Amino acid sequence: MTLHTINKTPAESGALKDCLSALSEGDALILIENAVYAAMPAYAELFTRLPGSVQGYLLDADAQARGLQDLNPDFRVIDYDGFVELSCRYQKVVSWF
Amino acid sequence: MIFSIVITGAPYSSQASDSALRYCQSLLNLGHSIHRVFFYADGVHSGSSLAAPPQDESNIPAQWAELAKNHELDLVVCIAAAVRRGIIDADEARRYEKSADNLAQPFALSGLGQLVEAGIVSDRIVTFGA
Amino acid sequence: MSENKKSFLIINRKAPYGSSAARDALDVALTISVFEQPLSLLFLDDAVLQLLPSHKPDQIGQKNLSANLAMLEMYDIDQLYVSRTSLEQRGINPDTIQLKIKPLTEPEIALLIKQHDQVLSF
Repeated sequence: MTLHTINKTPAESGALKDCLSALSEGDALILIENAVYAAMPAYAELFTRLPGSVQGYLLDADAQARGLQDLNPDFRVIDYDGFVELSCRYQKVVSWF
Repeated sequence: MIFSIVITGAPYSSQASDSALRYCQSLLNLGHSIHRVFFYADGVHSGSSLAAPPQDESNIPAQWAELAKNHELDLVVCIAAAVRRGIIDADEARRYEKSADNLAQPFALSGLGQLVEAGIVSDRIVTFGA
Repeated sequence: MSENKKSFLIINRKAPYGSSAARDALDVALTISVFEQPLSLLFLDDAVLQLLPSHKPDQIGQKNLSANLAMLEMYDIDQLYVSRTSLEQRGINPDTIQLKIKPLTEPEIALLIKQHDQVLSF
C-alpha cells in the first residue's frame, strides 16, 4: 500500500488527476502545499469515485497558511508528525508534483 | 525507520525545501533516522551560503545547516546539477578556475550514486518536488 | 554499498526541453542501472511527449533527448512503460514510438506502482 503526496492545485498540473488514476485499493493520499486547495468543497466531485478503502489527509499548516476552513470532510487534517506516521504505515511514498 | 529525502525544488521559488525541512524535523523528533538528504535539480540552491533573505523571512539554507549540525545529517548536493547552476565548493572552484565558492557547510557535492545508494539502504525515500 | 536490492520505478510526467525534468530522470535511470538494481521507467502525462520522433534541439542549445532514450536498451534498461490514456489524449499512436515500450491501462499503472519498492518522480 502506498502513500501518495500531491502538492499542486487541481488546475495547476495533472498531478492530482494522475495520482487519482494510479491509486490502488488501500492506498492513502495526502494534500500538501498548494494541493490543500483541492479539499475546497467545489472540488469534492473529483474524489467521489475513489474506493472507500482510500484514506484522504491534508496538512494542517498548509491549509491554515492559506486561510482555508470548512474543507471537504473526507480529508482528515494532520500535522507533520501525522505525515511521518503515515509514511511509516504505508510501504512507500510516491510524490506527485 | 530509515528515511532518505529528495528535494528538487529551489527554496523561495517553491515550498519544497521548507516542507522537507519541517518533515525532517518531525522525523527526528519521532526517533527516525535520516540516512541522507539529496538536493537535485533546482533543489541545489538550498546549499548556497550566499542566500541573504530578509530578516523576517526564514533562512532555509541556514536552517538546513543547523539541523544537519545538530543531528549529523548527510546533506548531499548533486554535483552535476549544482555546478551547472553555480553552486560550487572550493575543489570545483579550483577545477573550473572560478574566483569564489559558495557551498555552505556542512553540505557536500557528490554524484547521483548517492541518491541511488540512499534508495537502496533506506526504508522510505520521500521526494519534495516543485 | 549495501548488498540489498531494491526495485526502482521512475515516473516521468514532464515534457522534454522546457524543464530539466526529463534529463534529470534519465540521469537517475542510468545511475540506477550502474548499481544493477531492478528498474522500470513509466512515461505518464506530458512525459509521453518525450517519445515523439525527430528531435533537433541544437537551435535551443540542448542535447538530443530521444538519442539518449534510444541508448537505454544498451544499459539493459528495457522495462519501459507508457500510459495509454496519456498517449490517446495527445493523439499519439503507440505504433509510431521508436522505443520498445509497453502501453499500460490505468489499473496496470496502479499495479506497476504497487510492484516496486522505491518510486522516484520527475
